[in-house]
Order: sequence, then structure tokens, then C-alpha cells
Amino acid sequence: MGKTLAEKILSEKSGSDARAGDIVIAKVDLVFIQDTTGPLTVRLFRSGGFKGLANPLRTVLFIDHAVPSPSLGLSNDHRLLREFAGETGASMSDIGEGVCHQLVGESMARPGDVVVGSDSHTVTAGGLGAFATGMGSSDVAVAMALGKTWFRVPESLKVTATGSFTKGVYAKDFILHLIGLIGADGATYKALEFGGDAVAAMSMSPRLTIANMAIEAGAKVGLFPSDRTTGDYLAAQGRGEDYRPIAPDPDADYEKTIKIDLKLLEPTVSRPHTVDNTALARDLKGTKIQQVFIGTCTNGRLDDLEIAAGILKGKQSNPGTRLIVGPASRQVMLEAMKAGYIQTLVAAGATILPPGCGPCLGLHQGILGDGEACLSTSNRNFQGRMGNPDAFVYLGSPATAAATALSGEITDPREVMPG
Amino acid sequence: MLKGTVHKYGADFDTDAIIPGRYLNLTTVEEVARHCMEDVDPDFLTRVRPGDIVVATTNFGCGSSREHAPMALKGVGIACVIAKSFARIFFRNAINIGLPLLESADAVDNTEAGDVLEVDLASGTINNLTRGKTFTAAAYPEFMAELISAGGLIEFTRQRLAGKGV
Repeated sequence: MGKTLAEKILSEKSGSDARAGDIVIAKVDLVFIQDTTGPLTVRLFRSGGFKGLANPLRTVLFIDHAVPSPSLGLSNDHRLLREFAGETGASMSDIGEGVCHQLVGESMARPGDVVVGSDSHTVTAGGLGAFATGMGSSDVAVAMALGKTWFRVPESLKVTATGSFTKGVYAKDFILHLIGLIGADGATYKALEFGGDAVAAMSMSPRLTIANMAIEAGAKVGLFPSDRTTGDYLAAQGRGEDYRPIAPDPDADYEKTIKIDLKLLEPTVSRPHTVDNTALARDLKGTKIQQVFIGTCTNGRLDDLEIAAGILKGKQSNPGTRLIVGPASRQVMLEAMKAGYIQTLVAAGATILPPGCGPCLGLHQGILGDGEACLSTSNRNFQGRMGNPDAFVYLGSPATAAATALSGEITDPREVMPG
Repeated sequence: MLKGTVHKYGADFDTDAIIPGRYLNLTTVEEVARHCMEDVDPDFLTRVRPGDIVVATTNFGCGSSREHAPMALKGVGIACVIAKSFARIFFRNAINIGLPLLESADAVDNTEAGDVLEVDLASGTINNLTRGKTFTAAAYPEFMAELISAGGLIEFTRQRLAGKGV
């Protein structure tokens, strides 16, 4: 019997014939922490009495969740991370560089790597064919010290995508639709493995968007094959040598196969307070929105800003709706400035945030007022997520977000997109 | 043997609900515990007593990787969590810090808020004293049982490094 992507990567990294259900100890190729869960990781690392990092060059400390620091407490957490980098030789990614998952994709993760991060959206690097997964602070502290961790090899669910998106429909709509279909625990403990003609034709940014939200169905990883697209992306990022092709075996054993025809999908929105509470954007018309946020590790890339700028060009956002835009990284911001997207968005009424997580997790930069609703391109809409338990978060694509910013209520982007 | 009163929650109870993101920079278990369930169940802290038990349906602990979530529950004195299923990062985090979790759909279906449960972790036996019913939770795989008995992952690793290596 052949192997799934998950079994292949974990076999190689554990030096064993890893099969679903086995418990293996695997080499960790890249380990990282960020500024909300990282300080606890550092404290646990110190309390464990570990001598040092197994691999300082492949250990990265990101300051991205609250940048620049909005409070004394967070400032001291940031200080702790910088001190720890100085002591151990770990790499530091400080304010202004961008969201950890975007930077891991741009310049760190390689196809076939095992990547462990103290953040649940570590799964994003699955878009590059890396077995990338989020863990808590204790697990990550031990992975930093030993350069390895344990895994139960997951069963895999195959998601086969065919056809192509119609106008106004994007990768975000695909992944929201999938989570609505299988539920917030539809892939718990399992790997989601994406394949099919539509996946082969998909560029890297949508792959990262989809992999990013695998965790919202409970998955351990969201894996894409590493193919020509991966190679082209890595080459464009100046690291073509990191490329190697990886595909599942044709006779791999999947627990289940889910088929999705992209041409049948429509702009989709997750309603409060769970990601699997999905509806079509057109069925939510009339839902007033006080804040639109375009950004994050899910949808803060260049193509996302391009789509939003395309819809907002020469227009004004609704006076009753605050439009906030946060590029996912310094590279994205520079490219968006060069392409004129930032200019277009600011002219349309947007407030631009520095590269980082922005208001996604309710720490700063756009905390919602009582009773207010936000349409966000982020990945999570739990009660209280954006800093207020009495507020409401809807999730959608950058196109749906831009269309909503224009009208002030949830709007199907096809209503405002040219021909 | 654990004995405590039940606090019951539904499906997909997430880690933002257990401890909101704005409290992640608190450093001690005691400080984190002071905000446990604050957004979704503001009276929880006035009702909960050390030794109480949280019972939930499916996918308990979904969402963020924050280890602060099991820390907060342990900090308010929750003795164990019984659910139909757990989210995977929460599951590892709870084991790593020594918060026992038990999976038993039958126990969840036959328990309501306010019931008193007696739990024997070694055997996985859950006795609902209020309703006079007994249930058995699935045993942990051997490897995880070792982690738990060592006192969590950090302690397990420290012992291994001091002894035969990992």
C-alpha cells in the first residue's frame, strides 16, 4: 500500500515506515514561537533546564501579534523574546517584518520539512508541502531543545478539487465551504490532503489560504503536494534550491475522499460565532457591518490586496464602515505600494496597519464596540475573538470584504465587480 | 479518586472562550485563572470550586494553540475535563501540564450541570453519584500514560535527558 503525504514526510523524518495510527519521533526542521505564546515557551524552556537550542539557525522568534506593542505587559514580553534570541542565537523577526506564517512561507519552510510553531495557524506552510503544525508552549519548548517531537501519524482525508472558480469566487470561499461541509471538528486529529486538477492549477497564495484554515476543521495539517508551482514560488523568493517535488502515492489509503467542483461555489461567509456556520454572501444581504478588516496570514497577501484594490479603485468606502487593511509582511507591503494598491486603498478610505496580525485576535488596532459587526478576511470568528464578547465577526474573502466596505452591509462581490 | 460538581458546556467550546487572547501576556497560573471563561460564562468564577469537573460535548478546546487554556482550567481547580472529543492541540497541552482529560460520550450524554461525579483516573471509571450511573472512559495510549505519570512533557524530557536519553 502506498503512502499519503503525511505518511511520506513522517516516514522520512522519523527514519521508519510510518503509517496512520503509529506514534513516531520525528526530526523538526524549523521551530518558531510568537509574541503571545512565545514568552510562556521561553519560561518553560528555562524551567526545563535545557542547555541550548538544538538548531539555533532554524529556531525563529517572531514579534507579530501585537506590533508595535500596545501595552507595557506586551512590551516586556517582546523584550523577553529579544533577550532570549541574544542568549541562544535564535533568529529574531521583530516588528514590521510581518506575520510569522507569511514569513515562514516566504523564506523559511521547505517542501518535506517538519515545521512546529506555538501557533495553531502554523498549518499554513502545508501549502508548500511541509508537515507544519501548531503546538502548545511545552511541546514547542521541547522541540526547540531536542530538535525533535512526537506525533501520532494522522489518518488523511483527501480533498479533490476540480473545475475552476467563477467570477468573484476565491480560495477563501473554497475553504469556508469545506469547513461548513465537514464541520469545525470534521478533520480532528487528521491530515487534510488537497489534490485534483484545480489544485494543480492553483498558485501559491490560494494554497496558503486553504492550508491556513485546515485547523478550523480540527486538522493536524493541511497538505498540498510540492509541484512546479511550488518550485516557481520558491525560485521567485530567491530560494529555488529549497525545492523538491513531493506527491502522495497513487495507491495511498485515505479515510475518506471529498470532491468539490469549484465552478459550483459561490462567495461564502462564516457567521458568528463558529467558522463552520457558513452561508452564501448573497443570503446575508442587509447585515450591517461597522468594520471591515482585510489582512492576516489567511488573506493579507499581494493578490488579496490586488483584488480588494480592484473593487475599491476610484470609489469610497461606506461612511458607516471603518476599512482596515494590514499587509501580511514587509515584502507584501512593498510590492503593494509599488503596484499602487496601497495608494488605491488609502484613497478609498482605508486605514493601513503595519505588517502583523492586526485586530484578528483582539489585542489592539480595531477592537470592536458593543453590538458591532466586522467582516474580516481572517480565519476565526469565535465569540470575543476581536476583543469584545458582545461583538460579531463574519469571515469572508478579500473580494467580499471590499464589496462590503463599499455598501456597509454584507455584499456578494459579484454585484460590484466589473464584467 | 476525584469527586466534584459538574459545569457543562456544548460543542466546539474554543480556547478564546476558556481564556481570551487579551490575557495571554499574564504569566502565572493564578493570574490566568482569574479570567477563565470571562467572556462566555461571567459567573463561572463565582460558581466554581476546587475539584469541580468540566463536562462538554464534541471538539472541546478547539482553536488557538494557547497552553494558557488548560492552565486556566487547572488554575481555577478543575480536576478533569470529560468530553465526547477534544481538539488535538488542547489535548496535547492538557496532558503536558497535567490536566486529566477523559473521553466518554455516554458519560456526557447522562450528565447535567450540577451533578456530582466521582472519577477514578487510573481505571477511567466515571461514577455519576447524582444519577447512580457508571461509565468507563477509553484508556490513554501507553506513551501518553508515561507522559502523564512523569508529570507532563517538560518533566518527562528532563528525566529522560538525565537518564537514558531521548
